[in-house]
Order: sequence, then C-alpha cells, then structure tokens
Amino acid sequence: MAKLKDLIQKEPIMEGGHRMCLGCGAPIIVNLILRTSDAPVVLANATGCLEVASTIFPFTAWRAPWIHSAFENAAATASGIETMYRALRKKGKINKKINFVAFGGDGGTYDIGFQSLSGALERGHRFLYVCYDNGAYMNTGVQRSSSTPFGASTTTSPAGVVIQGKLQKRKDLTKIVVAHNIPYVAQASPHNWLDLTKKAEKAFSVDGPSFINVVSPCPPGWKSEAKDTIGLSKIAVDTCFWPLYEVENGKYTINYKPKEKLPIDAWLKPQGRFRHLFKPENAELLKQIQQDIDKEWEALQRLASL
Amino acid sequence: MKKGWKDLPIGGVILEAANTKKYATGDWRTFRPVIDLDKCTNCMRCWIFCPDSAVCLVDGKVNHFDYEHCKGCGICAVECPDNVKAITMIEEAKAKEGK
Repeated sequence: MAKLKDLIQKEPIMEGGHRMCLGCGAPIIVNLILRTSDAPVVLANATGCLEVASTIFPFTAWRAPWIHSAFENAAATASGIETMYRALRKKGKINKKINFVAFGGDGGTYDIGFQSLSGALERGHRFLYVCYDNGAYMNTGVQRSSSTPFGASTTTSPAGVVIQGKLQKRKDLTKIVVAHNIPYVAQASPHNWLDLTKKAEKAFSVDGPSFINVVSPCPPGWKSEAKDTIGLSKIAVDTCFWPLYEVENGKYTINYKPKEKLPIDAWLKPQGRFRHLFKPENAELLKQIQQDIDKEWEALQRLASL
Repeated sequence: MKKGWKDLPIGGVILEAANTKKYATGDWRTFRPVIDLDKCTNCMRCWIFCPDSAVCLVDGKVNHFDYEHCKGCGICAVECPDNVKAITMIEEAKAKEGK
C-alpha cells in the first residue's frame, strides 16, 4: 500500500510551472497516480488541457518520457510503446520493468479516442489508461462531450429559452470498459487520495490493460470556485454522481458507500453550469436527475452484490 | 542569442525534463497562501492537493510555498483540516506592500 511517507520522497512527475488553470484537478490526479508507480514510467497523452498546458514549447512539465501524437490515439501510442518494450526485452536490450501510462481527458477518451482505447484494451497491452473526466471539451472553450451530465450548460448546449442545457444523458464509459473483460477497471476521485493511490497501485500490478476513470473538477468549465476543486469531487462521490468502485476480473466492489447519500442539489448548486436548473420552472428536471442517479446507484449496488 | 529553426531539435522534441520549473506562473496570483508553521500538524493535505507542486517540504515536513509557481487557487487553505487551519489566503497586493 502506498504510504504518505514514501510518496513525499518522490519528485513530482508533473512539475509546477505548467499552465493548467488555477484549481485544476488534473495535475493533482496525475501526480498522485504517477507517484505510486514502482517503476519508471513512459507516458502517452491525448490532446486536451493536460497536453496543451503542460508542454508549451520550449517548456515541458514532465519528468518522464512523454509522447503526444494526435487527439484520438493516446491508447494506440501507448500500445505501440509497450510492444516495442516487449520486443526489446525479448532481445535482451532492456531488463528493467517499465510502466506505461496513457492520459486522456473525457473528450480524448469518451469520444475521439474511444476506438483506439477499445482496440488497445482488446489487444491486451500492459498499460494503464487514466481518463481525467471534467465533463466537456474544456481546452477549446467548454463544448459538450458525451461525458457532459444531463442539463449542463456548455457553449454547444447553452441553457436559454429553447433548451435547458444538455438534452442527453452522459455515457457510462467505466462500464463500457468493464465490458472489454480487462483485469482492472476503477472509478476514483482525487479527494480520496488513499483510494486513488491504492487503485493506481493495483492497476500497475496487473499483467494486462487497466483503466481508471477519475472525476476532475474544472473551475472555468464548471463555473465553480478554484478553491472548491477537492470539495466538489468529494460531493460528487457523496451524492453518488460519481461512485467509487473497482472491477477486478469482472467482480464489482464498491469502495465507498456514503453514510448519508446527499441530494444531487448539493453538487449542482455550486456549479454555474447548472444554475438554470434551479429556476422554479425547471424543478421537474432536477427531480429527473435525482431519479436517474438513484437508479444508477441501485444498479451498481446490485452488480456489486453478484 | 536567439535560436533559429535550424537549431531546434527535430520534431520539436524538448530535451530538458521538467523545465517548466524555469517558467514562473506565480504572477497569476491574486491571493497568496501564508502558513503558520506553529499550527501546522504536517498532515500533508496541502502538499497532496496542490496542483502546482508549490508546497515545499524540508526533511519531510511542510516548510514554505513556492511563490514562483503558486497560482493562488486556495485549495491548500480550504483543505487544511478544520481543527488546524494553518493556512490563510491574503491579498497579493497587500502582501507585496508589506515587504
């Protein structure tokens, strides 16, 4: 198990001075995950905030080999690196263990990078894919993605007279990844760093593909306060919008059950992108969101009891 | 001397690791965190949750902030446990006046 006193010995793989927005959740997630790696890491990055803001030429925030090739192929890049590693190992040119990690935002994972992710998982490369899910294309100015929650106002689903934010429900990517029958899949949140680092450790220890989906609050996109980033990820878990669970070889385990499940309003209210939902005429929408979450939470509990 | 395109590495490869350390993001700040080390219990929550790796440790203990890179998001002050609250955010302009 990752101990804090071991973690503080390690230099951050993503160094400060990067130009992520203030209060961004992604660097916290990246550093927590990479610090738990027992071996050197090689990273692949999909296009997104993390890629753009961490490597503005001639600067790089990364303390490890890092490759960005295009938006849609972080998983394909990582599988290529891993295949090369196996070839070199067979020839005896490399002997040490190396961990391979691919990072993508929700745009680069749920939408654009989905087929390369699915392919890499099916081929069974030993790598970890981390999706930091902030629920829209934040890097290009908050356009809806398939991970944007129902009712969220974005620039391509603006709340106004005609529509009340995004009309569609979000896609449950974690469960889609589970359907690939890979050894390890988990959903995590940065506020519970112990849970996140445990999951990262498990993911690094399996011999095959692993996937961690992490909620990553985005102050400019969620229209929330920068200082509330960790607080909001905690509320996302306590309202069961983002349950913490893991799936090891098909077996579901819920890692955290809130003692008292908070109403979803607690999570929606601090975020400006849901402001319109609190108008009296939209009370029905709020009720619908709560019902959907209750239904999903029950379904997850049923899966965990199998 | 400024480098021309012929001097750049092929493919725009950046050869020096983690050189954003040389790029200051501290001037983004409107509020700066100030720590009272007497109150601090070294729970490391600020260190864990700092997005800019700007909480500096000395001998495994929280020591100071890296104002060169701290963007002043205030996560550290909020996440400092309620019974400790060793970190306060003060206005950057006032902090500079005080110097």
